[in-house]
Amino acid sequence: MPKDSGIGASPKRREDVRFLTGDGRYTDDINVAGQAYVHFLRSDVAHARIAGIDTSQAEGMPGVVRIFTGADFEAVGGIPCGWQITDRHGEVMQEPKHPVLAHGKVRHVGDPICAVVADTLAQARDAAEAIVLDLEELPAVIDMKEAVKDGATKVHDDLTGNLCYDWGFVEENRDAVDEAIKSAAHVTTLELVNNRLIANPMEPRVAVGQWEKGTGDYTLYTTSQNPHVIRLLMGAFVLGIPEHKLRVVAPDVGGGFGTKIFHYAEEAFCTFAAKECRRPVKWTSSRSEAFMSDAHGRDHVTKIELALDAENNFTAVRTETYANMGAYLSTFAPSVPTWLHGTLMAGNYRTPLIYVNVKAVFTNTVPVDAYRGAGRPEATFQLERVIDKAARELGVDPIELRRQNFITEFPYATPVAVEYDTGDYHATMDKLIEIADVAGFEARAEESRARGKLRGFGVNSYIEACGIAPSNLVGQLGARAGLYESATVRVNATGGLVVMTGSHSHGQGHETSFPQVVADMIGIPDDMIEIVHGDTANTPMGMGTYGSRSLAVGGSAIVRATEKIIAKAKKIAAHIMEASDQDIELKDGKFTVAGTDKELAWGDVTLAAYVPHNYPLAEMEPGLEETAFYDPNNFTYPSGAYACEVEVDPETGKVTIERFAAADDFGNVVNPMIVEGQVHGGIAQGVGQALLENCAYDENGQLISASYMDYAMPRADDLPMFTVDHSCQTPCTHNPLGVKGCGEAGAIASPPTVVNAVCDALQRAGKNVTHIDMPLSPARVWAAMQGAEPTMGAAQPAAGSAGSAEGRSLHGQG
Amino acid sequence: MTKVSMRVNGKAVTAEVEGRTLLVEALRGPLGLTGTHVGCDTSQCGACVVHVDGKAVKACTMFAAEAEGAEVTTIEGMANADGSLGVIQQAFQDHHGLQCGFCTPGMVMSAAALLKDNPKPSEAEIRHYLEGNICRCTGYHNIVKAIQAASGQDVAIAAE
Amino acid sequence: MYAFDLERPTTLADAIAALKGEDAQALGGGQTLIPTLKQRLAMPAKLVSLAGVDEIKGICRNDAGRLCVGGGTTHGEIAAQSDYPALAALAGRIGDPAVRNRGTIGGSVANNDPSACYPAACLASGATIVTDRGEYAADDFFQGMFTTSLAEGEIVTEVRFPIPEAANYQKFAQPASRFPLVGVFVARFADGVRVAVTGASEGGVFRWSEAETALSSDFSVGALEGLSASAEGLITDLHGSADYRAHLIKVLTGRAVTAAA
Repeated sequence: MPKDSGIGASPKRREDVRFLTGDGRYTDDINVAGQAYVHFLRSDVAHARIAGIDTSQAEGMPGVVRIFTGADFEAVGGIPCGWQITDRHGEVMQEPKHPVLAHGKVRHVGDPICAVVADTLAQARDAAEAIVLDLEELPAVIDMKEAVKDGATKVHDDLTGNLCYDWGFVEENRDAVDEAIKSAAHVTTLELVNNRLIANPMEPRVAVGQWEKGTGDYTLYTTSQNPHVIRLLMGAFVLGIPEHKLRVVAPDVGGGFGTKIFHYAEEAFCTFAAKECRRPVKWTSSRSEAFMSDAHGRDHVTKIELALDAENNFTAVRTETYANMGAYLSTFAPSVPTWLHGTLMAGNYRTPLIYVNVKAVFTNTVPVDAYRGAGRPEATFQLERVIDKAARELGVDPIELRRQNFITEFPYATPVAVEYDTGDYHATMDKLIEIADVAGFEARAEESRARGKLRGFGVNSYIEACGIAPSNLVGQLGARAGLYESATVRVNATGGLVVMTGSHSHGQGHETSFPQVVADMIGIPDDMIEIVHGDTANTPMGMGTYGSRSLAVGGSAIVRATEKIIAKAKKIAAHIMEASDQDIELKDGKFTVAGTDKELAWGDVTLAAYVPHNYPLAEMEPGLEETAFYDPNNFTYPSGAYACEVEVDPETGKVTIERFAAADDFGNVVNPMIVEGQVHGGIAQGVGQALLENCAYDENGQLISASYMDYAMPRADDLPMFTVDHSCQTPCTHNPLGVKGCGEAGAIASPPTVVNAVCDALQRAGKNVTHIDMPLSPARVWAAMQGAEPTMGAAQPAAGSAGSAEGRSLHGQG
Repeated sequence: MTKVSMRVNGKAVTAEVEGRTLLVEALRGPLGLTGTHVGCDTSQCGACVVHVDGKAVKACTMFAAEAEGAEVTTIEGMANADGSLGVIQQAFQDHHGLQCGFCTPGMVMSAAALLKDNPKPSEAEIRHYLEGNICRCTGYHNIVKAIQAASGQDVAIAAE
Repeated sequence: MYAFDLERPTTLADAIAALKGEDAQALGGGQTLIPTLKQRLAMPAKLVSLAGVDEIKGICRNDAGRLCVGGGTTHGEIAAQSDYPALAALAGRIGDPAVRNRGTIGGSVANNDPSACYPAACLASGATIVTDRGEYAADDFFQGMFTTSLAEGEIVTEVRFPIPEAANYQKFAQPASRFPLVGVFVARFADGVRVAVTGASEGGVFRWSEAETALSSDFSVGALEGLSASAEGLITDLHGSADYRAHLIKVLTGRAVTAAA
C-alpha cells in the first residue's frame, strides 16, 4: 500500500491550488507604485565597433525618464563569472570584461547597447527607435575551429585570442591513453555535434528594481533559481551594494532549467537605474528578446574514440571537444564543459584510462551556460553513441556490450576523479528490458513494416553527478562560491513549523515534498509545516536550485536543522517529565520516556519553549528555532537505463517516438508523483534536443531560429505516454535521506536513446547510416537516407562535413 | 483611449484602452487579472488562452476593444462557486498536470474548450487539440491524463 | 506596436468607407497581422476590424452548387462544414483551436503567406475570390509571396469554391511553426485534375502542371511515376532544402491522390 503522508507518499501539491486558480504571483505580476519601464536597444549585428550613439532626439521623446549607455556603467563592475578554470598548461582561463551595457564593441546579436527608461513601455520603445547608432561592423566569429586559428578576428581585442582555455583531464593520463588507443584491438571513432539549445522556460525573465530613498535599501524582484547568488554577485561584484542593503526576491518562477541561475545584466540594470531615476524600474522580456538574451545551452563539437581489447572490454576513451562560450562568460559557463562533463566520461563503465580535452572558445553568439543536465548530457551523449557504434562495428548486442563493461563494485573510483558511492546498473537494465517489453520489439517492427514504416530500438545507460557539491572540492576546481545549502526551522509556540530554505522551487514542488521529510521526522501531519523560499530577507544564505541538488543538499540541511530542533525539544520534554533526555523518544508527535507510560504531546513542548515557566532556563535558551548549513562530502550518482522505439517514415524522414521507457535509480524517493513528473519533463526536453530543437546561427552571426516559428518546441503530439520506473533504489550512502536527485536524468539519458533508435531503424532497413547530428529533423533524416551531407542549420558545422561554412549556410544544398 | 465594456467571469467591467491594447494587457493591467500569462509574442505558446463568448482564443492575439460587449472567462473564473477547484482544475492537481504553473491557465482553458466540444476525447485527440499550448515542464504526460480524468475516463492516479 | 486607431464597423459599407483613410488597413482575425504589429513590422494609422461585419460571414451553396464562404468566416467554422470535406480538413489543421476561432479565410488569402494552407485549396479548386470591388479567379489572384491582386483597402468578402468530385490536402508540417513545409492540394473534377502546392516555393502557391496532366488521364499514384517536381525556385531554409521540398511535393501529391481516390 502506498503511504498517505511523509516520505514515500504522493500527497497532492499544495502550490497547485494557487497556480490552478490564477493566484500564483510571478515576477511580472508584481508592480511597484510609480514604476517606470525599460526597453533595451539591442545590437542587431553580431560584431561591431560602437563608433557613436546619438540619443539627443530620443531624450526629448514623450515619457522618457532617462537613457543609459555603456558610459553610465564605467564606475561599476562587470557581470562576473563564478568559476575559473586552470588549463592543461597551468594557466588560468582568459576572462573578458562583461559590461552591463555594451561598451566599445557589441559582441552578439542581442547585446544591449542602450537602455531607455520611460513612463510606459511603448514610450521606451518609441524613444529607442529614435536613437541613432553608428556601428562599424566587424567580421562575425561563429565557427569555433576557425575562431582559434592564428589571425582569426578576435571577439575581445584585449585577449590574446578566442581560446578561453585548453583543458586536459586527466593530463597525467594523456600519454597512457594515447598508447592504449594505439595498441587497442579495436577503436571506434565518432565525430558529433551536441546541438545548441535555448532553455525556454515558459515564463520569460523579468526584473523589477526598487530603491528606498529613506533607508537606502534596494530590492530586486527577479525570475531567479537562486536569489542569494544574485544578491552576492550583483551586490558585491557589479554594483557595490552591501548585502544588508539589498534584498532579492524570486517569487513564483515559471520554470528555469538552468537559464535562470545566472546573473544577468538586466537585473543589475534595473537595480542600478532605480536609484539613478529615483523610480522603480521594470523590465519584462519578450520571448523574442529571450531568444537573444537568455543564456543558451550545450553547443559542443566533439570527437570521441573508444578503444576495446579483443574481448570487447573497454580499455580507453579519448575525447576532444570544442565548447562554445559565446561572447562573454556567463556565471557558471566555464565549469560546464570541464568539471560537469569530463568527470562523467567514465559513464557506467570500467574504462581504466580516460583523457578529455576541451577547448572553450569565444564566438559572437549569445553566452552559453548550464542547461538541464549541463555537461552531463554532453558526456552521456558521446559515450552512449560511440558505444552503440562500436557494438554495430563489432557485431555484438549493444545491451550486452554495455553489460560486459558495467561497473559492479562500489564504491568505485573512476579514472576521472570521482568516486561513485553506490549503484546497480544491471538492475536498472533488467528493469528496463522488462518495462520496455524488449521481447515484443520484433513483432512491433513487423507490424510497422506492414504499414511501410521503419521501426528501430535504442537503448542506453547513464550516470550523472548531482547534489552539487562539496565546497572544498569545487573550490579546488575553480568555483568562486561554496555549494552548501541552508535551512532554518522555526517551530511556533502552537507546534506548527516554518522551514526557511535556501533552495528555490520553480516547478519542483518543494512546498509539498520538503514538509513530507520534516513531518516524518517528528510524526506530525504535513500540513503543520510551511516552506518559505525565494526571498533573501527571510531565508538563510543558500545557493539555490540547480544540478538536481535541492533534496540531496537542501533537504539534508532541513534534516540537520530538524535534528537540532528534536534534540532541543527532547531536553525540554525531559525537563518537564523529569527524565533524562537520553531516555526521551519522539514518535507520532509524542514524547515518551522509555520504560514508563509518561508522555507529552509535541505541542506541549513547543509551547513550553516559548512560555518557559517550567523550563531548564539555566541550561538552555527559550525558543525553538535552529539553522543548519549542509555541505555534502561527495556528489550523488543517479543512474539508470532508457529505451525508446521510433518509427521512421522512409518517404519523408519523419521520426515519431512510439514507445519510451525509463528505469532510474534515484536512491530513496520522497514523493514518487513528483519524481515521475520530473522524469517526464526531462524526457520531453531530451527528445526535444534529439528531434526538434536547434538554435542556429548563420555565418554572419544572425540567429536564424529566433522565435517559436523556427525553434521547434516539443508539443503534446510530438510525444507518447512514457513508461517510467524508479523501483531500483540504491540509496546514496552519504546524505541523511539517501536521495540522489531526479531533475536532470531525463534530459541526460534521452538524446542518445533516440539517436540510437533512429540509427537502428535505418540500419535495419539496410541504410548505412552510423550517425546523424541532432536534431534529427525530417530533412536531416531524409538527407542521411539519401547518403547526402547533413543539412544546413547547425550552430556549428555538422560533424564530418568537409568545409566549415556549408554546415550552417542558409543557401547550401543538403 | 477608449472605454471597453465586457463581462469578465460573470462581472460587468470597463477599462480604458488604446486601439493597440491587447485583450491580455487589459486583463492583466487595468482589470488586475494576472492569472492569464504571456509566454511568447508569436501566438504559439497558449499561456494566454481565455474564452471569449464561449470560444477559446489567444488573448495576446486579439485587441481589447474587439471584446466590447463580450463574455470573457479567464482562469480566475474556473473554480466552483464555493471557491473549490473545478473539475478540470482538480484533475490537474490530482494527476500532477502542472509543475511551474506558468502554462497552466492556458492549458486549463484549452482543456475546458476541448471537453465542451468533445466530452470523451482520446489520447490522440487531446494531444492534437493542445497543439497551441506549450508546456516545458511536464512532457504533457500528466496533462493528457488529467484531461482524460476530467472527462470521466478511467485513469490511474499519479504514482499509484 | 505603434499606436493606431481601431475601428469596428458593423456593415460592409462602413468598413469600405473606413478603409478609404490614409494608411488604413483591414484587420481580419488578426492571427498573422497582430504578431506582425508586435514586431513593429507594420505601421498602420488605422486598423479596420472586420470582426463585426456579419454580412461577410457564413457558408452556403449558391445556385451553381459552389461553396460560398464569407471572407469573415473563421477557420473553425470552415472546419465544421461538411459540403467540402477536404476543405474542412485543411481548415481544421490550420494553427491551433484558439487560432481557428479567430483567424478568417479572407485574412489568410489576402495575406498570401507562402506557407498558408488556403491558397492551395483556392488554386486547386479553381476558386473565385470575391471582393468589394470585383471577382478574381484564383489563378490570377495569387501573384507571389505575400502578393495578390488586391488593391489598397480592398476587402475579400467571399471565396467561392467549385466542389470537386474528389479532393484531399496533405500538409507536411514545419516542426516549429507547424505551417506547411510543403502542402499539396489535389482536386479531381469532371474535366481534369488540379494540383496546387504551398509552402515550397519562393514564389508562393503554384500549380504542378505535369502532375495535373498525368493525373487527369490516370488518377492514381502510379501516374506520378517518373515525374519529379523541380527544385528550382523552391525554398531552402533551416527546415529543409529545395531538393527536400521537391521530393516532398511528389510524396504528398501521391498521398493526396491515394486519400482522395
